[in-house]
Amino acid sequence: MTGTDPPILELTDVSKSFGRTPVLQDVSLAVPRGSIVALLGASGSGKTTLLQIIAGLHDPDGGCVKIGGRDMGSVPAFERPVNMMFQSYALFPHLSVLGNIEYGLRARGLDRAERRRLVAWALELTRLVDLGGRRPDQLSGGQRQRVALARCLVMKPAILLLDEPMAALDRSLRAQVQRELIAIQRAIGTTFILVTHDQEEAMAMSDYIAVMDKGRIVQFDKPRTLYERPRSRFVASFLGSINLFDGACQASGARQCRFTTHEGLEILLERNEPINWELVGAVGFRPEKILISRKQTSLENPIPGVIEQITYTGSLTHTTVRIATDRRLHATSMNFGDGAVDGPAQGDAVFVGLPSGAGVILTE
Amino acid sequence: MTSVEQRPWQTLTLVLGFAFLYLPIAWVIVFSFSGYVTDSGGSFPSVHWYRLLWKDDELVNAAWRSLQLAAWSSPFAVVIGTFAGIALGRLERFPGRGLLLALLAVPIFAPEILLGFSFLMLFAGLESLTGWKPGKGMWTLVIAHATLGAPMVASIVFARTLGRDHSLEAAARDLGARPLRVFVTVTMPLALPAILSGWLLAMTLSFDDVVTSSFLAGPETTTLPMAIFSSLRVGINPEINAIGSLMLAGVAAIFTLAVLGVSLGNRARGA
Amino acid sequence: MIAIPLVWLVALLAVPLVLVALLSIHQIADAIPPIAPLISHSGGHLSVQASVRAYRMLESDALYRSAFFSALINAAFTTIGCVLIGFPLALAIAQAPRKRRNWYLFLAVLPFWTSFLLRAYAWIGLIRDSGPINSVLLSLGLIHRPIAMLFTPGAVWLVMVYSYLPFFVLPMYAVLESLPGELLAAAADLGARPFYAFRTVTVPLALPGLISGAVLVFIPAVGEYVIPELVGNSSTIMIGGILWDEFFQNRDWPLASAIAIATFLLLMIPAYVVRRWIGPLGVVKQ
Repeated sequence: MTGTDPPILELTDVSKSFGRTPVLQDVSLAVPRGSIVALLGASGSGKTTLLQIIAGLHDPDGGCVKIGGRDMGSVPAFERPVNMMFQSYALFPHLSVLGNIEYGLRARGLDRAERRRLVAWALELTRLVDLGGRRPDQLSGGQRQRVALARCLVMKPAILLLDEPMAALDRSLRAQVQRELIAIQRAIGTTFILVTHDQEEAMAMSDYIAVMDKGRIVQFDKPRTLYERPRSRFVASFLGSINLFDGACQASGARQCRFTTHEGLEILLERNEPINWELVGAVGFRPEKILISRKQTSLENPIPGVIEQITYTGSLTHTTVRIATDRRLHATSMNFGDGAVDGPAQGDAVFVGLPSGAGVILTE
Repeated sequence: MTSVEQRPWQTLTLVLGFAFLYLPIAWVIVFSFSGYVTDSGGSFPSVHWYRLLWKDDELVNAAWRSLQLAAWSSPFAVVIGTFAGIALGRLERFPGRGLLLALLAVPIFAPEILLGFSFLMLFAGLESLTGWKPGKGMWTLVIAHATLGAPMVASIVFARTLGRDHSLEAAARDLGARPLRVFVTVTMPLALPAILSGWLLAMTLSFDDVVTSSFLAGPETTTLPMAIFSSLRVGINPEINAIGSLMLAGVAAIFTLAVLGVSLGNRARGA
Repeated sequence: MIAIPLVWLVALLAVPLVLVALLSIHQIADAIPPIAPLISHSGGHLSVQASVRAYRMLESDALYRSAFFSALINAAFTTIGCVLIGFPLALAIAQAPRKRRNWYLFLAVLPFWTSFLLRAYAWIGLIRDSGPINSVLLSLGLIHRPIAMLFTPGAVWLVMVYSYLPFFVLPMYAVLESLPGELLAAAADLGARPFYAFRTVTVPLALPGLISGAVLVFIPAVGEYVIPELVGNSSTIMIGGILWDEFFQNRDWPLASAIAIATFLLLMIPAYVVRRWIGPLGVVKQ
C-alpha cells in the first residue's frame, strides 16, 4: 500500500443482518486509491451485500463507511461518488444505448453539449462507437456489458463497483474481457472493486484480494501473498488446491524443522525467514510444487506411493498418487519436452517429492 | 420488482386505498345488525334481519339458485378456458388461432345486453328449429354463464402459460411419456394456480351476472342478483345486508382455507 | 384440445351474434316475436323482407348519438378514476416487502369476490340522504341538509370506479411486479432521485400495462347498464339504458339489435388501435 495516499474506501466494523440472519460481521477494509480490489468468496459469504452497502443500496446495521475520507452514513445512493455495474447489467430496456449511457448525466442536469462530449468519450473507451442507436435487446452479452460499463464510467466515479462481471459471459470471452477491463482501469485510474467467486479471475485481475467467508474478511493481501503465504487453512484451500498435512514440529532450528504428520510421515521444512515453529499445526504443498519420480535420489522428502490416476490436459499433467495410509496426493506438472513420449503410467510405483522450502506453513 | 424501503406515501396510499375498498363492505355488515324499523335508531345490534331472512323464502331460494348456477357453470368455463389458454400459450400458431382470440375477446369487450340478447335469440331459435324446450330454465343460464366465464379463465391461463419455459414438458416427453400423460401430469399441475384463480373468477362472474340472467331466467329461476336488483328499485332492504354479510363470511372462510391449504401444502413439500 | 373451445365458442357465441346481426335487418311486425320473417314463402315465391330501417333510425335520431357519447364520456371518467386510484395502489402493493405483497393483493381483491350488486347496493346505502355519510356530516355540523349524492352523475361515476377497479389494479400490478427491481437500483446508483427514477424508469415501463388496464375498463364501461340504472337519474341515460328499454319496453327488436351491433362495432375500433401495446386478451407483451 502506498504510504502517503489516503485510502479511497474505508470500512470500519461494518455489519448487516437480514432479519435474524447475520450476513456481514465486523468487516473492516481499507482500499488504496487507484487499485483493483476483488472481494472473493463463495455464495453466502456476504460479498455482494458488502458491495451494495458501499454503493448505498443498503444501510449497514453497524459500522462506518468512508469514501474519500467522507462519512457516507446518511448519504443516499444517488448522491454517492460510486457507480455499480450490476451482474445482470440492469440496462434500461426502453432506452437506446445512448440513452442508457447518458442517463446519469441527465439525472445530474448536465447540458446537451457536455453530455455529448462525455458520452462520445465513453463510447470510444468501451468500443461501442457505432452502436449508440441500438436497444439493449439488440445487443450481444458482451456488448451489453460494455454499455453497462460505459454508463458507469461516464459518471467519473471515485469507485467503480463490479458485481460478478464475468458471470454472464461465455468462457471464451472472459480472458479478453479481463484484459480490457484492466487496460481501461489503468488508463483512467479509477479504483475498481469487484465481487467474484472465481479465484482465478480474482488473481488475474486484482492488485489486492479480500477473501471472505461467512460474512467476514479472513485475509486481505496481494494475490501472490494470499497464494503463497495464506494465513489460514480456509484461505489455503480456497485459493487453488493444496495437499494438507496436520501434525507438529518435533526438533527445530531457527530456520528449519522436522515436521511429523498425524499419519507418521516425516517432512523436513525450511524457511528463509525465522518462524515460531512451535505454533505450526499444519503444512501444505501445492500440486505444482510436488515432484514425481521413479527414483528417490533426486527428491527432497521422498514418499513412496503408487500412481492412481493420470489426467493429461495438453499443457499440464495431473497425477494422483496413493501413499501409505490410503492418503492421496495431487500433483500437477507442465509437460516439458516431447509430450508424446509416455511418462509414468497408472499403477507405477513412484516417489513423491515435497520440496522443503515450498511448503505452506499454517499455525492452525 | 424488489421492495423499496417503505416511504410514507406508500403507507398512506395503502391505508386510503383499503379504506375506500372496504367502506361499503363495512356498511353491509354493520347495517345487517341494525335493529327494527329504520336505519336511524332502532335497536343495535340485533339479528332481526337475519331472522327475517331465514323466513324469506324468495331471497334464500334465489341465493341458493345463484350458488348452484355458479357451481355448475364454472367447471365448464374452466375446461373451455383452460384448453383455450394453454393452446394459445403453447402453440405459436394453429388453424383458428385468430378466430379463437377474437371470440374470446367478445365477452370481455361487448356490451352485456348484446350478449344476453344474443343468447336469448340462440335458444329461441333452437326452440323453434328443433322443438327442444330448455324453457327459461337453469340450463340455458349454465350454458350462457360458462360461455361468459371462459374468456376470463383463458386470459389468466394464457398469461401464465405464455412466459413459462416448456422444458419440463420436453423433459417428460424425453422420458417417454405420451402427450396425454404429459398434459395431465406436467402441464395441468403447473397451470393449476392459474386454473384455480380462473375458476374463482368464473364463479364470481356468474354470481354477479344480472343482465344475461334477466334475459334468460324465468320467474322460477330468479337469481340472487336479479332479486337484489328488483328489490333495490323499491328501496333499501336490510335483509339484503344480512344475506350479503353471510356471503362475505362464506367467501372469507373459503379464502382463508384456500390460503392455509396452499401454505400448508408448501410447507409439506418443504418449499 | 383446440377444438373444444373453438367449437363451443363458435356455436354459442359467434352464431348468436350473427343471429342478432341478422335480426337488426328484420322488419317489425305485430307478432310474437315482434318481427317479420326474413325469408318467406308466399304463393310459391321466396322473398326476402329485409330492412335497414333500424340503422336509419340510428342515424337520424339524435337520441342514440347522444346516449352513446354520454356513455363514452362516463366511461372515460371511470377510466381516469380507476387509473388515479388504481395505479398508486398497484404501485404501493408492488413495492411492498415480498411477504406482505400477497396479503395486500388478497385484501385488495377480496371485496370483489362478493357480488357486484351487493357492492352497488352498499354504496346506495352509504350515500343516500339518510345514509351514514350524511348522518356523520350532519352530526358534525359540517352541513345543515343532507347532500344529495345518490341519483346523480357523480354517484354513477363513484360506483363505476369502485366496480371496475379490480379490472385495472390486477393487470397493472402484474406488470409492475414484473419490472426488474434492479432497474430502480441502477437508476439510484447513477444519481437519480426517487421521483426522477419513477418518472424516467417506472412510468415508461409501466405504460403498456397502464394502457392495457385502461382499455379493459373503458370498453366494457361504455356498455354498462346496471349501475347508471341503479344510482343515476334521467340525465345519465346511456347507451346501455337505451338498449334495455328497446328490448324490454318498446319491443323493437330490430332497432335494439341494430343499436347493440353498432355499439359493439364502434367499440372494436379502440380495441383494435391499442392492440399494438397490449397483446391478445389484454395480456401485456413482456
